[in-house]
Amino acid sequence: MSETTEIRWHGRGGQGTVTAAKVLADACLSGGRHVQAFPEYGPERAGAPLRAYNRISAKELRMHCPVLNPDIVSVVDATLLDSINIAEGSKENTVFIINTTKDPKEVRQKLKASDKQRVVTVDATKIAIDCFGRALPNSPMLGALCKVTGLISLDHLLEDVRKSFGKKFSQKVIDGNLDATRRGYEEVHEG
Amino acid sequence: MAKVVAVTGNEAVANALRQVNPDVCGIYPITPQTDMMQRYASFISDGKVDTEAVLVESEHSSMSACIGASAAGGRVVTATSSQGLALMWEMLHIAAGDRLPIIMPVVNRALSAPLNIHGDHSDAMGARDTGWIQIWSENGQEAYDNTIQAFRIGEHMDIRLPVMVCMDGFIISHSIERMEYLDDPEVKNFVGPFKNLYPLLDLDKPKSYGPLILTDLYHEYKRAQHEVMLKTKDVVLEVAKDFEKLSGRKYGLFESYRLEDADIALVILNSAAGTSKDVIDEFRGKGIKAGLLKPRLFRPFPYEEVAEALKNTKAVCVMDRSDSFGGYGPLFMEISSALYQLKQKPALINKIYGLGGRDYLPSHAEEVLQELHEIAQGGKLKIIKEYIGVRE
Repeated sequence: MSETTEIRWHGRGGQGTVTAAKVLADACLSGGRHVQAFPEYGPERAGAPLRAYNRISAKELRMHCPVLNPDIVSVVDATLLDSINIAEGSKENTVFIINTTKDPKEVRQKLKASDKQRVVTVDATKIAIDCFGRALPNSPMLGALCKVTGLISLDHLLEDVRKSFGKKFSQKVIDGNLDATRRGYEEVHEG
Repeated sequence: MAKVVAVTGNEAVANALRQVNPDVCGIYPITPQTDMMQRYASFISDGKVDTEAVLVESEHSSMSACIGASAAGGRVVTATSSQGLALMWEMLHIAAGDRLPIIMPVVNRALSAPLNIHGDHSDAMGARDTGWIQIWSENGQEAYDNTIQAFRIGEHMDIRLPVMVCMDGFIISHSIERMEYLDDPEVKNFVGPFKNLYPLLDLDKPKSYGPLILTDLYHEYKRAQHEVMLKTKDVVLEVAKDFEKLSGRKYGLFESYRLEDADIALVILNSAAGTSKDVIDEFRGKGIKAGLLKPRLFRPFPYEEVAEALKNTKAVCVMDRSDSFGGYGPLFMEISSALYQLKQKPALINKIYGLGGRDYLPSHAEEVLQELHEIAQGGKLKIIKEYIGVRE
């Protein structure tokens, strides 16, 4: 991977996608790295497709525009695969991380991914429902992203999830999200 | 010790204001206000500052409240954006004319119509002639640093003028980036206690603000406003020097990026300068001597210094994120005026980009630098002012 990692998130309003990008930026601050996290702003509506972005780099980040050629594409809602081109601008070695119940091979075909592009799936919505009873797949998606990219250690990510969810939620919700993050990390499938 | 954080531009500037802990803050609590003032209101509610918040029914009233509080003898801040700044217009002149050092972060966003909420410089450019000092910022770090420095500049006993600190709406104000905070005591020491000058509340020495001055002395009054602006450049540099000692971060009247030996150059404000710098590095890699000038102090404008910095270039493009319809972009007019005094001038073109938040992409910078390269090689200058990134 090059010295700057660029990530594009696809989700729908209300799924915690923007929060996921923020938590990741915070977690990646360690080791003196430079980070950016920003959503594509528009009218904010629950259920509407949205994009969010991360850049993580050892160098100062001066670029202030959307990520056009992502190293990682993280799809928080699999229904978006039918309505938008989530592979837009992808590189020859882009990694796709998709929240879906489907088999990664089936997703690979649908995306028409090349041999060098990795396709990874995780059933993040089910994990979220199991762990804290709500279909908010952002924490297991963060776990999966952590596993696939190795940008940060799982322990470090868990600490940051604890910190950012701790500001707003009860201990039960925080514990559920920590479990979900860990399971997202463990339950990735590649095909 | 500096603290490294990942925060939005709004969070960063709200934190700078918290560290300064001003006496009074005018807040208009509805859109087009940004969450900067919402965050500041939380600091007030949480007892983190002693600021008295004056919640008002419009931005016009917000600036009016600030003018009253500042003339009374307080250290005063507010923040605004877009239509909010437009509605303040009348009062902006009064703040500057009364020489009140109000500090106001401005989140640069587009003006209606049509309705738009995104990054654009039209709001602050419309306030160019109000008599406020304007300092522009590329990213959250610069917005934070400039806000802290603004107090020292505006409140300087030789200056006493209001200061706007500008940063790009959404692109910076709502995006998270890594930056460094100074410690609270460091900021407090750097800014120092507020010094009063002719406070209205000094009841033993009654005085009047904003009196009627007709043909007898109005002309002289305005010349005095211009003259104090001319002194501001030195104060900006002096404050920047002290700030560098504190933070290690260097500021000037503008930033020169790879400009010393440049044949071609972009002149560009705020966040788009960062994107452009990456592309300039690519052009340098190809052996093309490209550079960039990013204005920081826009009012007063450092004409001589800018001309000196650009005098050896062959072709320059001034990039404007706002427009004067039927005229050139506002930044172009300044650079054009600066370069006119030179005997040998570079070719000069103007591109309007990114209005209403239209993305400014590396490909746009490439396109413009390529055109400049061709002009510098003896190609013809085809058109002076042009819109780029336009959907046809």
